[in-house]
Amino acid sequence: MDAHLNADGPHLLASAERHYRGGPAVEARFEIPQPGFSVTVLFGPSGSGKTTALRLLAGLERADRGTIRFGGVTWSDAAAGLHRPPQARDLGFLPQAYALFPHLSVAANLGYGLTSLGARERRTRVDELLARLDLRDLEHRYPGELSGGQQQRVALGRALARKPALLLLDEPLSALDRPSQVRLRKELRDLLRTLDIPTVLVTHDRAEALQLGDRLVVMDQGRVCQCGDIQQVFDRPTDPAVARILGVETVVRGQIESIVGGMATLTVGSARIFAADPGGLGWEVFICIRGEDVAVERGSAPSSESTARNRLPARITALNPEGSLVRISLDCGFPLESLVTRQACADLGLSEGDGVCAILKAAAIHLIPHD
Amino acid sequence: MDWQAIRLSLWLASLTTAALLVIGLPLAYWLAFSRRRWKFLVEAVVAMPLVLPPTVLGFYLLMAMGPRSPLGRAWEGLFGSTLPFSFEGLLLASVLYSLPFMIQPLAAAFASVDRGLIEASWCLGESRLRTFLRVIAPLSWAGILTGVVLAFAHTLGEFGVVLMVGGGLPGRTRTVSIAIYDQVQAMDYAPAARTAALLLIVSFLVLTFTYALRRHQRKPWTLI
Repeated sequence: MDAHLNADGPHLLASAERHYRGGPAVEARFEIPQPGFSVTVLFGPSGSGKTTALRLLAGLERADRGTIRFGGVTWSDAAAGLHRPPQARDLGFLPQAYALFPHLSVAANLGYGLTSLGARERRTRVDELLARLDLRDLEHRYPGELSGGQQQRVALGRALARKPALLLLDEPLSALDRPSQVRLRKELRDLLRTLDIPTVLVTHDRAEALQLGDRLVVMDQGRVCQCGDIQQVFDRPTDPAVARILGVETVVRGQIESIVGGMATLTVGSARIFAADPGGLGWEVFICIRGEDVAVERGSAPSSESTARNRLPARITALNPEGSLVRISLDCGFPLESLVTRQACADLGLSEGDGVCAILKAAAIHLIPHD
Repeated sequence: MDWQAIRLSLWLASLTTAALLVIGLPLAYWLAFSRRRWKFLVEAVVAMPLVLPPTVLGFYLLMAMGPRSPLGRAWEGLFGSTLPFSFEGLLLASVLYSLPFMIQPLAAAFASVDRGLIEASWCLGESRLRTFLRVIAPLSWAGILTGVVLAFAHTLGEFGVVLMVGGGLPGRTRTVSIAIYDQVQAMDYAPAARTAALLLIVSFLVLTFTYALRRHQRKPWTLI
């Protein structure tokens, strides 16, 4: 904790609730410790209240309880009846369906919020955005004439035009087809990094959360279940609900050592593993492994021939029955979870503390870039 | 043809439409976006002229404008003249009588503007008024056009209220529909037929023009 933090409190401190008649309350309860670049991901299944939490921050929903403070300014204080409208919050908002003004050209959409600037200054700012977002040829087009990816860039540019102090993105990539999503994730993260402002991003896509986020806020049924550094949340979910929402995968951070012939070699903790190269990798990655894809063998000696590329000596740290399956927690230089049938577990006579060998197909390891 | 009556009707319809736009834009905005629980009451009141016989509306207006009512007294105190059987009284009656023909297309058009666009505008720092001028109104142009045309045409053709409140004084309250009525009463069929034909043609042309415009001009007009 640095001195700045203790003196002024977190940069953004949201602790507000919105109640719906006949429905659950939705809360926005998290913080962004410092100003400057960071991406906070609101993550959860659909209907978990992520979008409402974002709208509370934007001022589009009025909080019924609690407060929201940003950069030393109170945006909302329900007890005092204070509610700053969105116009007075200095933020950039990218709504889920982009909400581009259909009657205005791309250039006019980008310049929409810049009426306080002079005509020349506005033109300069719009030209900057057109260049930066690679939209120069589309300046005179209307939103109806753009592809999904182009619309997304225009909406992002429009949100950035006023140089806001906080950027709010509601499912920024979900309206795109899958290949574009994967391509644009990296572009988006690179762009956000150049802005030097905090971003709050809503998504229900785990890969998107891992690739774009620095901090994770897990939401379920309107409640914030856990909030913290992204790796920390994936490593240590506070309760089973969080673990369920995050999925059963092992998620660990690793570094690429080399990529040869479509096969990536990675360092993870003290172990080294091989995985298929999905392309577009940088240096840092998140490694996702599904429990079903991890087999366990007795003994640690390299044995019979197999197509599995990874054979990792491991120690069993815990055995937890889950219905007809058993969840085996392993330590193989990094924590790894394996899901096997009760029968298989009994046949091998596994117990805590045993030395085993964890077997992983390279093709079953999912890499997500996180530079 | 009774050109005096035609001029009077056109003037009355123009003023009524202008007044209805001034009243209608904010009222329709409120009806489209308010979340008040008693909004339905206002909606019902606005729609009343659609179902009320014009004579009933005219009767109550006449009572409300009379020298013994607060409105009548206030008007007389301010302007020294009485409202009933005057052009001003007729204008007031026309505005009320044509109210739903302006309000309903406007409110329907405003309400159909994507809420996300309005919120996007707010988040870009634009006030509610400027959002209305820059987003809601341009995207509602077809509804505004419909409201203007319907209010104008409806005022041009009104009869019952005009007769009750205006009385048909030539040059002051004798509109074209009353002129036709008077001519028919006097068995003076030839001018009645000419005036009626003129009204028919004007109405047809105005509506044709409106629908053609709605059909062919998809791109909204921008105000500011």
